[in-house]
Parts: sequence; C-alpha cells; structure tokens
Amino acid sequence: MNYFLLLQIALTHLRSRLRQTSVATLGVTFGIGMYISLIGFMTGLNNLMDDITMSNTAHVKLFQDIETNRKTVLDKVENSTPMTVVHHLKPKNTRKNIRNSINILDILKKDERIRDFSPRLTTQVFYTFGSIVLNGTALGIDPFKEQEVFDIKANLLEGSFEDLDSYANGIILGSGLAQKLSVMTGDRVNITSATGAQFSLKVVGIYEAGISMIDDIQSYVTLATAQKLMQKSKDYITDINIQLHDKELAIVLSKEFSQRFGCSAQDYITSNAQFEAGSGIRNMITYAVSITLLLIAGFGIYNILTMMIYEKMDDIAILKATGFSGKDVKNIFISQAMIIGIIGGILGILLGYGTCLAIDQIPFESPAIKSMDSMPINYDPKYYIIGVAFAMLTTFLAGYLPARKASQIDPVDIIRGK
Amino acid sequence: MDNKQVLIANKINKYFWKPQKFHVLKDISFSINSGEFVSVMGKSGCGKSTLLYVLSTMDTDYEGELILDGQTLTGKPNQDLAKARNEKIGFVFQFHYLLQEFSVLQNVMLPALKLGKLSKQEIEHNAYEKLKLLNIEDQALKKSSRLSGGQKQRVAIARALINDPMIIMGDEPTGNLDSKNAQNVFEIFQRLKEEQNQSLLIVTHDLDFAQKTDRIIEMLDGRIISHGYK
Ligand SMILES: Nc1ncnc2c1ncn2[C@@H]1O[C@H](COP(=O)(O)OP(=O)(O)OP(=O)(O)O)[C@@H](O)[C@H]1O
Ligand SMILES: [Mg+2]
Repeated sequence: MNYFLLLQIALTHLRSRLRQTSVATLGVTFGIGMYISLIGFMTGLNNLMDDITMSNTAHVKLFQDIETNRKTVLDKVENSTPMTVVHHLKPKNTRKNIRNSINILDILKKDERIRDFSPRLTTQVFYTFGSIVLNGTALGIDPFKEQEVFDIKANLLEGSFEDLDSYANGIILGSGLAQKLSVMTGDRVNITSATGAQFSLKVVGIYEAGISMIDDIQSYVTLATAQKLMQKSKDYITDINIQLHDKELAIVLSKEFSQRFGCSAQDYITSNAQFEAGSGIRNMITYAVSITLLLIAGFGIYNILTMMIYEKMDDIAILKATGFSGKDVKNIFISQAMIIGIIGGILGILLGYGTCLAIDQIPFESPAIKSMDSMPINYDPKYYIIGVAFAMLTTFLAGYLPARKASQIDPVDIIRGK
Repeated sequence: MDNKQVLIANKINKYFWKPQKFHVLKDISFSINSGEFVSVMGKSGCGKSTLLYVLSTMDTDYEGELILDGQTLTGKPNQDLAKARNEKIGFVFQFHYLLQEFSVLQNVMLPALKLGKLSKQEIEHNAYEKLKLLNIEDQALKKSSRLSGGQKQRVAIARALINDPMIIMGDEPTGNLDSKNAQNVFEIFQRLKEEQNQSLLIVTHDLDFAQKTDRIIEMLDGRIISHGYK
C-alpha cells in the first residue's frame, strides 16, 4: 500500500515533467538499443567466423611431427655427465605417417568421448592438364567419415562426395585449381606424385572453401587412391581429425592421445590461437562501446533526476512535513529512475531488435565467404536480458545518489527559504 | 481528561549560527492540555515560526526537551519523527504549501494514505468532509496550483485535519483569508475543540482571533513574556 502510494507520487512527478522524462527515457532507449544492435552484429560476425574456422579445424588433430629434441646416443651412455652437448642434431625420424594407425583407429572407435573421426593422407602432388603443371596438395579421405567430421558438403559447388567413392579414380578439385587447369566436372586430370607415379583421375566435383589459399591448390581423392599415389600400404595415413562430443575436453584429450599413441596432437584452441585472440579483442571493443553508451544514458538520468529534485524541493518539504519519511522520499525518486530505466530499457530492446532486423536485410556478398548473403546477426536472448538488467542497474545507480540527497533535505530549510 | 498534557516544551533554546550566533529561542517552557485552544502572538521576527518548527519536530536542532502525547520526541530518529508528524500533528504553514501537480482532493488525502489506517474509499469520503467543512469541496478535483491564495490556505487546513491529529499547529492559518473565511476557520477550530476535545496552537497577528481563544502566549525577542493564564 505504502509503496503503491509512493509509486503514484513518482508517476505524477514524471507526468508533470513529460518532456524531461521523455528525454531521459530516450537516452536509455538509445543506449540499450545501440548495445543490442552492436552486440548482435558483433557476436553474429564472431560466430560466423567461428563457424568458418571451426569447419576447417577438428577439435583434436593427430599427426606425425618431425621429432626434435630427442635423446642422443650420448645421453643413453651410462655415467654420462650433463657436460655432453650435441649440437645441430639431425632429425632421425623421417616418416610422415602415423605409426600403428590401424590400432589407433580401433581405439578411437571405442572411445565414448569421441563423436567422429576421419583418417587422412595428405600428400604433395603435381597436377598436369595439357601443358600446365601445378604444384599442390591432395587429401586422401574416407568421403563418408570426412563428411561427419567437416561440413565439406556445404562447400561443394558441383558433383558429390559419394561419386568420389563410387569412381575408383575420382578427384574433387578446389575451384581455383579447376579454373587454372580449365577443367570441369567429367574432365580428366593427370596427377604426378612425389614418388613419380602418374595417374589419370576423373574430376567428379568442384568445391570452394572460400579461402583461396585452399581452393587454389587442394583436391580430394579417396584414401585408397592417395595410398596408390604414394605407393604405400593400406594403413598409411598422415593425420586423423577428431571431433568430440564436448569440445572443452580437447586440450586434455590431445595430451592423452599424444602420450598414448606416440604421435603429435593439437587441440583446436592451439590451432586457432590467432583467431581466438582476434575475436577476444573484437568482443572487448563491443563491450567497451556498449558500456560507454549505457554510462552516457546513466549520466543523463542522473542529471535529469538531480534537476527534478531541485524543482521539487517544495514537494519534498511538504511530503516530509506531512509525515513522509526520508526513506519514503528516497523511494519516490528511485522509483522515478527505475520507471525511466524500465520503459527506456524495453523501448531499447525493441529499437535494438528493429535495428538488428534492418542490418539483417542488408545484402552482403563476399567472394571469400560463400555461405553468407547478408550481414550475420546474433539474436541470442541472453543479450536482451543483459541489456535490460544493465539499464535497470545504471538507472538505479544514477537515481540513487540524487534520491539519497533528496531524502536528506531538511524541510525547515526549504520552508524558511521562502 | 481535561488536564492531560498533550504537548510539553521544556527549556527549549535555539541558536542560529549564520551569519552570526543568534539566540532565537530562549528558555521556552510551556504546556498545552488536551482540548485547549492556545494562540501565540508577538512582533514579527520574535521567533514564533521558529518555535512552531521545533514543536512540530521538523526542526531538530535545538536544546531542551519536547514531549508529545507523553512521549519524548527529542533525539528520536527521523523515521519516528515523521510518523509522529503524520499521526499526531496537523500543521498549517504560514505560506500555504500544497503539492502543485496534485488535485486538491489528493493533497488532502495524501497524509491519510501514508498513515494507511483506512481504505481509500473511506479516506476519500473523509477528505470530502473536511473540504466541505472549509467550503471548498467544489474545488476538490482542481489542480491545487489553480487555486487562489485563500483557497489554498483552506485546503492546507483541511489537510491538517485529515488524520484527526492530537494537536493542530498553525502558523498564521488565517493570514490570507478575508474576515468571513477567517471567522469560519475560527469556528471550525472552536467546534473541533468542543466536539472532539482538539488541542490547538495557533500563531496569529489577528488580535480579534486571539482574544477568542482560551489563552494567548505572548513572545518577545525569543522569550515567552506571558502565558496568558487568566
Ligand atoms: N535560517 C535563519 N538563519 C538566521 N536567522 C534566522 C533564520 N530564520 C529566521 N531567522 C531569524 O530568526 C528570527 C525569528 O524568525 P521567525 O521566522 O521565527 O519570526 P516570526 O516570529 O515567525 O516572524 P513573522 O511574524 O514575521 O512570521 C528572526 O529575527 C529572523 O531574522
Ligand atoms: Mg513567522
């Protein structure tokens, strides 16, 4: 009852200063609106970049690295002193494939934490078509497994990965590569491997990852074709890409696998360290700008309430003289601030949502990113809740100081001042 | 019942420090019984308003003791003083003080709504009664800023009456009224005293008005020079 009464007094005050109230409310609306649209746009962009990067990166990647820092023969000699130093140690292990791969794949298959995995054979090749000879990489994959691990299908412009499997000697070329070789689906290209073996392969598809560094040199063949190219046995693979159920486990598992299998392992965070740093900085900028906007809105409220309190000195004195306590008066002014905050916040959400919808309409076509046709926007309700919560917090703080001052005003001072 | 002391002031002293030390109230001691209608007179600037602010608990910067309804109010926290003002004191300012943005009716109702003892309907009904008493019920729904000075003063009196206070304090409540309305206010006060045993302490410059009250407290330079007992 009492609070309802105070709220009514607060509302009457706000109504009597409609213009100032509107300006203060619009300040909050603008602050929250900008926050919502900025954050929606920025996080939308970040998520898109995340998706693109993640679609090319497995949670954990196993591969055979060249061994460095290995123990020398001298270290193994009994009674050897730390005085022995071997300079310019030559790498001993020259193999590029993962040892004991059949066993490893077996173990991976049984691991509950792993969602999908796909073995690969990456090898250097020369593409020849007519007189053109291009240097590049061929990825030997299991088309079905690879599709589980990476969304390669989305990047396919022509053909299908199933054809890769059904044609014994099929190849899918990167779009840049296909253009340089001026081949289309159905044509044949000659491939020369590092070992000198030559094959004539049929183009069964063309794909585009959106990154020219990949599209200009890379092609997909089946694992079996790649092994034939390399003249290696059926267990010869160079890396295994693993997707986990819970990507947070990536760091732990990559350590575990590298120890257990005796090969190198890299988690996605290490692989994308640069990218992560970039998106972190982008987020920081977004938050800094948003907080600045909200603070400006907060200062607006602070100003207007302070002014309101000076104008309402008489009212404060009368209310106190007729039995309203300092606390009541404080609550009246805090309510005014909160009303401005809530209305401004809700309008701000609508403004922000509207702006997001508008930005979403802006066509944005990038040759680098084929999957995008308009600006990416994140509509996560989390940010809308944060926006309103922050609006209420700032308005409360902005209202608190002037309200406390009002509660401390001595009515006699004002009455005597007349 | 007649002898029950509603308000006791005990050796009240007050100083103003700015611009220089000024002893404005000097050893003020008196009491008011229930049902007593007392007026305060004295030259302009002798400290009547200052005394009333102290007695109404709005000014707490004084020495001495103030007892209202058997309860010592000196040194009480602000919250308690606000409650006492709301419940037990009806105050009419020298200059009519109304909430400008509220209607006349709302102005009168607010202290009762704050007290929260009655329902809104009952309070509204009571407020109309008080306005009727002062002949301004026809202005009830007007914004209070749209009233004449005399009308405002009558609304302020109605507001002072709304919670049926223990004591009504008025700082020249008839100062802005014509003689007819001043007479009406006096009659209302007199009736409250007779019918409800209301205590009143009214500062006035109007000798006619004062002479009709039970006794006149006379002040000079911050001191009571006569308690007016016959
Ligand atoms: N805030 C103040 N600071 C210093 N002196 C003050 C202050 N307020 C009032 N005074 C002085 O205190 C004295 C008493 O003032 P007060 O208002 O009580 O007079 P009053 O008896 O009500 O006069 P009036 O009949 O004109 O209303 C006056 O001399 C006045 O100048
Ligand atoms: Mg005075």
